[in-house]
Amino acid sequence: MTSDPMLQPVGEAPSIAATASAEKRVSRRTALEEAIIPPLVALLLAAVVGDALILSFGQSPGAVYKLLLDGTWGNAYGFGQVLYKATTLTFTGLAVGLGLRAGLFNIGAESQLAAGGFVAALAGLLLPAGIPALLCLPVYLLAAALGGGVVGAVPGVLKARFGAHEVIVTIMLNFVVLALLNYLVSAKLHVPDTLHTPELKSGALPRLSDLASPFHGSAANATILLAIATAIVLGWYLFRTRRGFELRSVGLQPAAAEYAGVHVAGVTWRALAVSGAIAGLGGLNYVLGYKHYYEEGFATGAGFLGIAVALVGRSHPAGIVVAALLFATLSQGGLAVNALVPKQMVDVLQAVVILAVATSVPEVRRLLRDARAGGLGR
Amino acid sequence: MTETTGSAIALRGIEKSFGPVLANRGADLDVAAGEIHALVGENGAGKSTLMRILSGMYGADAGTMMVNGRDVTGWTTSDAIAAGVGMVHQHFMLVPTLTVAENVVLGSEITRGPVLDRAAAEEAVRALSARTGLAVPPDRLVADLSVGEAQRVEILKTLYRGATILILDEPTAVLSPPEVRELWQVLRSLRDAGGTVVLITHKLDEVIDVSDAITVMRQGRTVARMPTRGATPQAIARAMVGRDVALALDADLAGPVSSGGAVSPGAAGTLLEVRTLCVAGTRRAALVDEVSFGIEPGEILGIAGVEGNGQTELVEAIAGLRHATGAILLGGRDLVGASVRERGDAGLSHIPEDRHERGLVLDYSVAENLILGQQHRFTRGPTLDMDRVLAHARTLIGAYDIRPTDPALPARALSGGNQQKIVVAREMARDFKVLLAAQPTRGVDVGAIEFIHARLREARDQGKAVLLVSADLSEVLALADRVAVMYGGRIVAVLPRGEATPDTVGPLMTGAERAA
Repeated sequence: MTSDPMLQPVGEAPSIAATASAEKRVSRRTALEEAIIPPLVALLLAAVVGDALILSFGQSPGAVYKLLLDGTWGNAYGFGQVLYKATTLTFTGLAVGLGLRAGLFNIGAESQLAAGGFVAALAGLLLPAGIPALLCLPVYLLAAALGGGVVGAVPGVLKARFGAHEVIVTIMLNFVVLALLNYLVSAKLHVPDTLHTPELKSGALPRLSDLASPFHGSAANATILLAIATAIVLGWYLFRTRRGFELRSVGLQPAAAEYAGVHVAGVTWRALAVSGAIAGLGGLNYVLGYKHYYEEGFATGAGFLGIAVALVGRSHPAGIVVAALLFATLSQGGLAVNALVPKQMVDVLQAVVILAVATSVPEVRRLLRDARAGGLGR
Repeated sequence: MTETTGSAIALRGIEKSFGPVLANRGADLDVAAGEIHALVGENGAGKSTLMRILSGMYGADAGTMMVNGRDVTGWTTSDAIAAGVGMVHQHFMLVPTLTVAENVVLGSEITRGPVLDRAAAEEAVRALSARTGLAVPPDRLVADLSVGEAQRVEILKTLYRGATILILDEPTAVLSPPEVRELWQVLRSLRDAGGTVVLITHKLDEVIDVSDAITVMRQGRTVARMPTRGATPQAIARAMVGRDVALALDADLAGPVSSGGAVSPGAAGTLLEVRTLCVAGTRRAALVDEVSFGIEPGEILGIAGVEGNGQTELVEAIAGLRHATGAILLGGRDLVGASVRERGDAGLSHIPEDRHERGLVLDYSVAENLILGQQHRFTRGPTLDMDRVLAHARTLIGAYDIRPTDPALPARALSGGNQQKIVVAREMARDFKVLLAAQPTRGVDVGAIEFIHARLREARDQGKAVLLVSADLSEVLALADRVAVMYGGRIVAVLPRGEATPDTVGPLMTGAERAA
């Protein structure tokens, strides 16, 4: 009876489970490799172009790169500034990346970021003084998410309901929302002779320099933890949950998503609303962590740079965090190398990174796959 | 005679890989000038790849190509066109907003100064039509043509560029039987005028009907070459698959196996009942016009018709993918207004006609595709339970012989037949009462067709109601217990199995007897 061959599969069950988890590990490692190696190759390409540029200014690439690194990762202040800039870019990059996963191109992170900061500052004016920061935090989170989320939901609903293209609507809304915020600040809420609102009365987040004095003067603050948490939650949502599975299917093949019972219009407006909310949270970096008030143009360009961050990070939360650090380094490094080459050279370098990623990533990925297939064949 | 006819095409040892996939691994092809040559093989056998190499779209990794005695290894599409090799693709490449004549001359326009000479173009098309028998009004917009007419334009376009070697990739997939007969006449007259035709097809009856010689491919290699005279469908199928297969056209296998019989309406009560279902069109009349029918447990209702007569819209309306009015009763419950998911949970299974757009998310893994539409049944809290998803995938991959067997592979990496098996496995392994099977074997190889047909019969025998929609009339006739014919958005006739034959159904499909 024990030798009955029909019973054997039962005995094999654990080993099948073992292969399953091994296969899962392999496919996860494969996905990670494909997410990380191609951008690195692109970065190398960009460095080569950067060398040529630097040489054309009659400088030595080694000296310029050394200055760039010394001014960013080489000292506490510079590193703090990199972290501060990377925090805002992580939020806007995640916002754009979430949209891309749902097949939507959110160009509105710029105004969603500002709206999030503005509504958070408003909340700070309404909260009475002397409330512990930990109790205030949920209010600020909600306010910032609401500010950005409403600005994101408008193009979302217009697309879901009327088919209006989100690229056009988000671009136009940037003008409308930024103009509205500027009006509100300069006409109603500003401190005389400034372009910013009064300071929050309570709930400001600690700066990095409060913990370690070498960071003194840099804007880095505890919002960075919020950025990392947001990236982790978004990664879990996109790749582990059923809703994330459905959202990605809408981005890849809307007709198949519809067939699979996904309400495509609903996913569309919710994805844009949440995308706006994430961008809005980025406003806390300045309002809650740095200056403690809303100021006109506090993060000009960070929303648009978020598009580059999402593209270079391949719309993957981990990639977006790395890309945010890269662009923050280049942006801060531009100030450091100003003595040797024009700051604009670093802007050109940023553009080269974007171009190199856009053109080389698919190609490098193909080479990786070929190599892997060849390795399996042998 | 052989001296004068000579060789039109001679391919030797063609190899071609796409990344890890070997599409051609030493394929040979010999086509004599002035013959209709059928190139047959399972999906993924490498037929289309080989023909794209011949027409210059792909470069081969290895091997030599001779056309009309000249070594043309590694030529480009423009070389191929200049040498008179033209390919008509499965998916039409026409500009719908231009006229027939404009489409035909596109790329080699007749001009008067800088201006297109439309009259001369139309005259040239008319002359070509008269010579070949491919009649299409040259001044009509392509958007207004039927599928059969559009295909004639594709062939005219190729001939206009001077093609003497014509390659057709599955040309009959979209045609009604009378249109197929017309196409055969055209091909025969081209051959008699000295032209050479290579016909890629899955349908063995077509091979026997029209070709002079046959080349069979399997797994990227040429496995057989034979004259058509004396060849049998069984022999060709055996060469394609490498073993004996049960062909759907074998009447003895096609009969209902069920004890129910289920042909007499109203006997056991209907499982799916559709009443005066209407789907509005964007411009013209209704796409589906007051369609009513019922399907009993243990019955396959086949819908025959030329594509574009409302079958797609009918199925999508029942599945909840398209707005409709009327009533759709599943076990007595009206599903009009219910969401896709509610319909699925009520026991509706759906094999969609377009697996690339609807049936699969090509970048998702096989395992993920096997739960598509049922993702809410594989959750643990808010997350997907990947252990259960993988276990489910392993079971179905084994039961439905999906190859390769790796559940983590993206669906994109599988051949058409195996992709379709994913869809069929997913829709038939779940708990369902009614199955909508739209073009369930389109673009699928003989072995997989046999398998899918067996599954459909099995569903019927288990007392499910099956709605089968197929552009392949022989498939409908082989499987259906009753045959409904759709034309212009209406069901124009319902025939019991005994009365449905190509001769009775064919004319109905073209609307010929609608007035009668």
